[in-house]
Amino acid sequence: MSVVGHPPPPFFKRGPAPLARLAVFVLLSLALLVLDLKYRYLELARQGIAVALYPLQRAAYTPVDLYEHLGDYFSSLMAVQRENAQLKRKELETANWLLRQQHLDLENQRLRELLDMKAKQPVPGTLAEILYTARDPFSRRVIVDKGSQHSIAAGQAVVDEAGVLGQVTRVFPLQSEVTLITDKNQAVPVKILRNGLRTVLFGASDGQLELRFLAANADVQPGDLLVTSGLDGVYLPGLPVAKVVRVDRDAAYSFARIVCEPVAGVERHGQVLILGLREALPPQIEEAASRDKPVKGRRARKKE
Amino acid sequence: MAIQPTHSSRRILLPVKQWFILFSLAAGFFLNLIPLGHAIGVPDWVALVLAFWCVREPQRTGMGTAFVFGVLMDVAAGSVMGQHSLAYLLLAYAAAGLSRRILWFPLAQQALHVLPLLLATQLVMVITRLVVGADFPGWGYFLGSFTGALLWFPLTFVLLLPQYQPVEKDENRPI
Repeated sequence: MSVVGHPPPPFFKRGPAPLARLAVFVLLSLALLVLDLKYRYLELARQGIAVALYPLQRAAYTPVDLYEHLGDYFSSLMAVQRENAQLKRKELETANWLLRQQHLDLENQRLRELLDMKAKQPVPGTLAEILYTARDPFSRRVIVDKGSQHSIAAGQAVVDEAGVLGQVTRVFPLQSEVTLITDKNQAVPVKILRNGLRTVLFGASDGQLELRFLAANADVQPGDLLVTSGLDGVYLPGLPVAKVVRVDRDAAYSFARIVCEPVAGVERHGQVLILGLREALPPQIEEAASRDKPVKGRRARKKE
Repeated sequence: MAIQPTHSSRRILLPVKQWFILFSLAAGFFLNLIPLGHAIGVPDWVALVLAFWCVREPQRTGMGTAFVFGVLMDVAAGSVMGQHSLAYLLLAYAAAGLSRRILWFPLAQQALHVLPLLLATQLVMVITRLVVGADFPGWGYFLGSFTGALLWFPLTFVLLLPQYQPVEKDENRPI
């Protein structure tokens, strides 16, 4: 092995030159990048390494866990009592709704039968705990303590007590990775509860969300609640997602800039519910595909 | 291979043990695994220890080690495969290339040499991810390199500890 910048005398055999070695390894890394991003071939290798690293990862989590629980241990009785009183009050407040829920559910079912609509499927959920935020600073993901051993699958929706938190994007045997709705590449199909306007919600930087591609005169007001529309076949319809905080309508742009804030405790740690996968939506109509083709052809011809 | 703490030092070190190099890299990896959220200013320990050994022992640690630890880091951090390995590779190459120059300087100036290396490592990662379409994490992200460069002093002391031997003064010995 030779040292960078100092070629050995030719009579010692010391392996390939540093620059050649660098080229080989860089090519290997680039190959890894392409294989992972474009073809997703490396999930199995990733799972294998993740399983091997699992004990080390749990061990590394211990100091943080200890620190958090030490805080719990020393938190005063007062705080616990206050929380207890708060929870009791909340329970009473929601009791009214809960008591009527059963009645409404039955009524709803009867009405649906009357209308001959498919009954809403009850979806099973798995309770999980957020362990920690993933180290990668370029994305917003958290690790939860349930994995494929607990029959979690990629694509499942994750909610907490207030609303939608994100979606399971990668499953390891004992853990899984949840991409939060505030991630830049995470899109949630939503509708505005007030008027039923359908749109798509994207993550923006600093833990906020953005409604893109809505016309400047779209009927959106600050304070509007956005709920999942369920059109994607992933999220159940009607789960609260975000609240509109600010609407900037600039005549210079054709789209309004609409900033929203997540309803769920996205940046908080705690218990979450991983909802089961929904029934698959009916396959998309072939017509749409065949209609696209001539359009593409026309575009291609225009370019020529 | 360096047999003195710096080339201008009179002190002679014991030879380094290969297992200690790997152990210190593993310890750095473990420190990287501790979940601190997106806390600002936390150094990349693996990059730091790797830079140290590539400067000290360019014949024992190099791009192979950098690549392996890079892949491990990619999985552990949940980032794109190849992101850390690419950055660590370039770091190892540059550190080994600058090794003979860096070791002539006292520690403070060594740290000044290492700072741009660490910054370049982070820059490679940022560019890799921005090309792929991720969000820019903010300028605070680069603060980790500055903390890392500051840690060069204690790191040198700790990692060279097994190689120190008791000082025996002999006026007749040349070095």
